[in-house]
Amino acid sequence: MSYPHRHLLAIEGLYPPAIQHLLDLAESYVSLNRSGTTQRDLLRGRTLINLFFEDSTRTRTSFELAGKRLGADVINMSVATSSVNKGETLLDTAATLNAMHCDLLVVRHGQSGAANLLAQKVGASVINAGDGTHEHPTQALLDALTIRRRKGTLEGLQVAICGDVLHSRVARSNIHLLGAMGARVRLVGPRTLIPAEIARMGVEVTYDMREGLAGADIVMMLRLQRERMAGGLIPSAREYFRFWGLDRDKLAFAKPDALVMHPGPMNRGVEIDSAVADDPERSVIAEQVEMGVAVRMAVLDTLANNATAFNQNAVSLNEGGA
Amino acid sequence: MTDILFRLARLIDPASDVDIVADLLVRDGKILDRGTNLGKPDSATVIDGRDLVLAPGLVDMRVGIGEPGFEYRETIKSAGKAAVSSGITSLAVLPDSLPAVDDPAIARLLRARGEETGAISIYPYGALTRACAGQEMAELGLLREAGAVAFTDGRKALADSRLMRRALSYARGFGARVVQHPEDPSLAEGGSATEGELATRLGLPGIPAAAEAIMVARDIRLAQLTGGAIHFAHVSTSEAIELIRRAKQAGIDVTCDTAPPYFDLNEQAIGDFRTYAKLSPPLRPESDRVAIVAGLADGTIDAIASDHQPRDADDKRYPFAQASAGGAGLATLLGVTLAQVHNGSLSLAAAIGLLTHRPAAVLGLEAGTLAIGAAADLCLFHPQSIWKVEAGKLPGKAQNTPFDGRALEGRVLGTWKRGQRVFG
Repeated sequence: MSYPHRHLLAIEGLYPPAIQHLLDLAESYVSLNRSGTTQRDLLRGRTLINLFFEDSTRTRTSFELAGKRLGADVINMSVATSSVNKGETLLDTAATLNAMHCDLLVVRHGQSGAANLLAQKVGASVINAGDGTHEHPTQALLDALTIRRRKGTLEGLQVAICGDVLHSRVARSNIHLLGAMGARVRLVGPRTLIPAEIARMGVEVTYDMREGLAGADIVMMLRLQRERMAGGLIPSAREYFRFWGLDRDKLAFAKPDALVMHPGPMNRGVEIDSAVADDPERSVIAEQVEMGVAVRMAVLDTLANNATAFNQNAVSLNEGGA
Repeated sequence: MTDILFRLARLIDPASDVDIVADLLVRDGKILDRGTNLGKPDSATVIDGRDLVLAPGLVDMRVGIGEPGFEYRETIKSAGKAAVSSGITSLAVLPDSLPAVDDPAIARLLRARGEETGAISIYPYGALTRACAGQEMAELGLLREAGAVAFTDGRKALADSRLMRRALSYARGFGARVVQHPEDPSLAEGGSATEGELATRLGLPGIPAAAEAIMVARDIRLAQLTGGAIHFAHVSTSEAIELIRRAKQAGIDVTCDTAPPYFDLNEQAIGDFRTYAKLSPPLRPESDRVAIVAGLADGTIDAIASDHQPRDADDKRYPFAQASAGGAGLATLLGVTLAQVHNGSLSLAAAIGLLTHRPAAVLGLEAGTLAIGAAADLCLFHPQSIWKVEAGKLPGKAQNTPFDGRALEGRVLGTWKRGQRVFG
């Protein structure tokens, strides 16, 4: 089994061949999607539930489309969370899902570790679609696929990840994946938004965009949540844009053929200038969305196959997998 | 009540610096005599103590109990069962219950409820502020009269510097110590793990270790200003230990305890979001654990307390940051402490001292000694006997141990409260 896990909860702990397998399979889905010849019966009879405790139109839609293209029955569940309900809803929902015999469970939750917790309680294969500030593995996979298609390889590339690293699950998943595949990662952002001891995850850290972008092949911008201003982490949006927003002047420090990426949704004029975001020569933001569907098809396909194998081998449902 | 004669046990009584193989005779709930070749009174029950240690009943100076208000987690009765299984016969109980111990009647009730068990003594802490809310000073004098042994807001730090100054000053007038949960609340707010590599990897909101040092430094200074007596609970960082070490050298009236998780585990126990390892203060990096062991060995730390915080499964079945902090600690107090004896960090006598007369001295309790005439609160254990901690099978109600799966050397064979056998 090239991807020897029952779930996809995190990139951390995945070996390069497992990542390679998902990327290669996703690559084949890109061509199939473009030619409109996707096999529509691979997941026939399987139930995919999109369980979203946080709003997310694009990730949910992407998983929905991926599931439908493979012939799965797709159900979307949005669970409004209140501070009163907290995690109760999570485990109550797990019991409900078990009763429905769901096969594939895509979960997004505002708390780090929520996907791990669910994976211990449900019979389905769990795909983490973002848990708190922990990980967002399919985002890192789609970023890697986008880069690989443009640059041919990930190995040896210089990647700058910029902005609110502290609150970013996208950054954490990307750090693990890019590191595992041989790219060099540099983090750039204000000191208040760079988490403690993150250099120990094998990255370089700098607080200045000129330094951070120097020689970069890839410039990956992170979304800045507006509420960070209220938390006293940065004084204002305009100050943030002045020092860490990506505009043409700052992009000039990167390599001339550097690609600009963003996981969306963008705050134009805060972390990124529209002139850069919409530049077809540099920005691959739209392509990231396309790769997202292909990557999610590859993940669903792989986990559905694994579930069959795991069940045949009577492996415990609690087998963690990374 | 028949006499009990313990024959040829290793008597360890750090209060009198005694560590000898000898006999000990109990009559009418008190220690009548100790020494070699004691004569056997006709009616006495004889207990063979060969290869065993006979120590004073342990004094656990920091215990949270669900009663009153959270009986689904733990009651005095169930906590008593867990306690005596670990040789504990005296428990100082935190006041942040519901209602809080901010009324003399509740302090008296807790003492009486302890007596009802016949197995343990409950020594209540009084609330330092009303409802442990950190706003107005509680009735420290009346609470003291009702038997409160010291004052604290339990799991909450008293943040207000002016109120802390007044509390230290006022409590001094009643000869009582103020016990602080040393953690700056604004730095700790929302945090669930120690800030650093592990919290960063797991995407958990961090609490900087400095949150502990800042509160310790402030309160040492306030103790100096007021002449009051301060005690820091569950000290967990090297920086705090160093501050306390220097304050003691400077003659300031400061004491501290730590709890077994802080010298036996480090933050790696959190693993993949294990909520049973979510504690307050959070588990620390290995370097802090090593500093705590050093603080135990050189005497800077005055006591080891279980910091028992009972939680039921539902309290812990949340994503990590939302799960309730706290671990069950009564049943594992002696075993985990003895691990430091077996690995050579502490002498057996020093370990027993940290669990008996030293916490008793901090709180001014008449407990924790094998002195002739003292109450026969006794703990008889086999120091090498092996057992395994298993959540779900611990005595008492609370099963939320951070030590699940840990093999321990040191098993209690019998516990006596005022000469009555209450365990084994």
